[in-house]
Amino acid sequence: MASRAQLFSEVGKFVLFMQRVMKRPTRGRMFWRSLVYEMNLIGVDSLVIVVLISLFTGAVSTIQTAVQLTAEGGILPPDIFPMEVVGSVVGNGSLLEFAPTITCLVLAGKVGANIASEIGNMKVTEQIDAYEVMGINAANFVSLPKIIAGLIMIPCLIILANFLLLYGGAVACKVTGMLTVDEFVIGIRSSFTPLYLRLMLIKSFAFAFIITALACFEGYYTEGGALEVGEAGTRAVTRICVFILFFDLIIAQLFL
Amino acid sequence: MIRLENVHKYFDDRHVLKGINATFLPGTINMIIGASGGGKSVTLKCMVGLEEPDSGTIWFGDRDFHHLDYNGKQSVRREIGMLFQGTALFDSLTVEENVAFPLRMFSDLQEAEIKDRINHCLERVNLPGINSKFPGEISGGMKKRVGIARAIAMNIQYLFCDEPNSGLDPLTSRVIDELLLEITQEYGITTVINSHDMKTVLDIGENIVFMYQGEARWAGSGKEVVQGRKDVPELDDFFRASF
Repeated sequence: MASRAQLFSEVGKFVLFMQRVMKRPTRGRMFWRSLVYEMNLIGVDSLVIVVLISLFTGAVSTIQTAVQLTAEGGILPPDIFPMEVVGSVVGNGSLLEFAPTITCLVLAGKVGANIASEIGNMKVTEQIDAYEVMGINAANFVSLPKIIAGLIMIPCLIILANFLLLYGGAVACKVTGMLTVDEFVIGIRSSFTPLYLRLMLIKSFAFAFIITALACFEGYYTEGGALEVGEAGTRAVTRICVFILFFDLIIAQLFL
Repeated sequence: MIRLENVHKYFDDRHVLKGINATFLPGTINMIIGASGGGKSVTLKCMVGLEEPDSGTIWFGDRDFHHLDYNGKQSVRREIGMLFQGTALFDSLTVEENVAFPLRMFSDLQEAEIKDRINHCLERVNLPGINSKFPGEISGGMKKRVGIARAIAMNIQYLFCDEPNSGLDPLTSRVIDELLLEITQEYGITTVINSHDMKTVLDIGENIVFMYQGEARWAGSGKEVVQGRKDVPELDDFFRASF
C-alpha cells in the first residue's frame, strides 16, 4: 500500500516538475546558446559510442542469423531458406529493435547519467538555489534545453545507427563470405515495411523524452552531497532502462 | 527595509520557526546569529523565497513578498543578491560569465556596457584581471568575492549572505567582512548576514538578532550584544563558546 502511494507521489511530482519545465524560457538568447551546447553534448559527443555499437551489433546479428539458417542439426533442415532472409531479419530487426532500443539503452548510460549527475551536482552546490533567488525558473532553465536537444539529436543518432547497423551487416557478409552483399541487400529491400520505419521514429522520440526528462527529474530532486549525486545518476539510468523497455512493449502492442 | 512579522515554519511535525519578529535596516549590516539548528538558515531561505512560511508576513518595504503575484515576486527577486555558503558560482562558466549572468538574463545592456559593469564589479571586490578563470581555478576567498561581485552586478536593494566566512582563514574572513560593510554603506542596501562567527558580529554587526530553537530570543545593536548576553543565558553560552 505504501509503495503504491509512493508511486503516485512520484508520478505527481514528475508531472508538477514537467509543468515547471515546459514554460517559455525567460531569455530566448540564453536558451538558444544552451540548446546548441546541449545538442553538441548529447549528439556529437555520443557519436563514437553509437557508431561502434551499431557496427558491431549489425555484424554480430548478421553472422548469428546466417549461422542459425545454415546450422546442421537445428530444428529446420539447413538451406531451407534462401540467404536473402538474413538481410530481411537484420533489416527489420534493426528498424524495430536494434537501432532505437539498443542505442537508447546505451544512451541511457551515457547521456542519462551525465545529465542526472550534472543537475544533481548543481543542486547540492546550491547553484539551482542561486537561479531561483535571481528569479529564474531553474527547472525550466536547466532542463528544457537538455530535453529539446535530446528530442532533436537522439532521433538523428538512431537514424544513423540504423544505417550503420546495415553497413556492419554488409561488412560481415563480405568478410565471412556466409552470404553475398547482394543477397543481404536484396533481403533488406524486399522486406522493407514503411510501418516499421514509422515505429522506429515514434520510439526514437519517446525514448529521447524518457532519457532526458527522467534524468533531469532525478538530478533536480537530489538532496545531500557527492554520494547522493552518484546515487541519482545510478537511479536515473536504472529507471530510464526500465521505462524504455516498458514503452518498447507498449508501442509494439499498440502498433504491431 | 525588511520586516518579519510573526513568521512560522513547519517541516512535517517540526516547528522550526516559532513566530519570528525582526526588522532589518537599510545601509546597515544586519546579522542573524545563533548555533546550528537554531533556524537561521530557514529564516534566510524564507526571506529570499526558497522556502514558503506557513504563516506570518515578510515585508520588503511595503510589499508583502509571499502574497505577491508571480510578477510581483519576480520584481522583488531582481532587487535581491545572495552570497551562498558554498558561493554557488556556476562552475561551467568563467568568472566573467558568472558576474555577467544576471545582466545578460535581465538587463538590456549592450555587450560593451556589460563588460564595463563586470570590470567595475570585479575591481570593487579587488579582483581585477581574473575574468577568464573558472571557479575551480581560484581560491575559496576569491570565490566569495566573485559571489559578492555577481550579487551586486544588478542594482540590488537587498543583499543576503549565508555564512560568508565559513571555510576561510581569519585574514580572508576579515577582508570579506570589510568588503561587505563597505558595499552596504556605499550602496545603501539592506544586508542580512547569517553567521555564527562572533568575531564578525563584533567587528561589523550593527543590528543583531539572536536565534535559539526557532525563536528570536534577543535583538539589539552590535554594541548591546555584550551587555545583552547577561540577560539571555543562551546568548551568553553562545558568546562564551565562540572564544
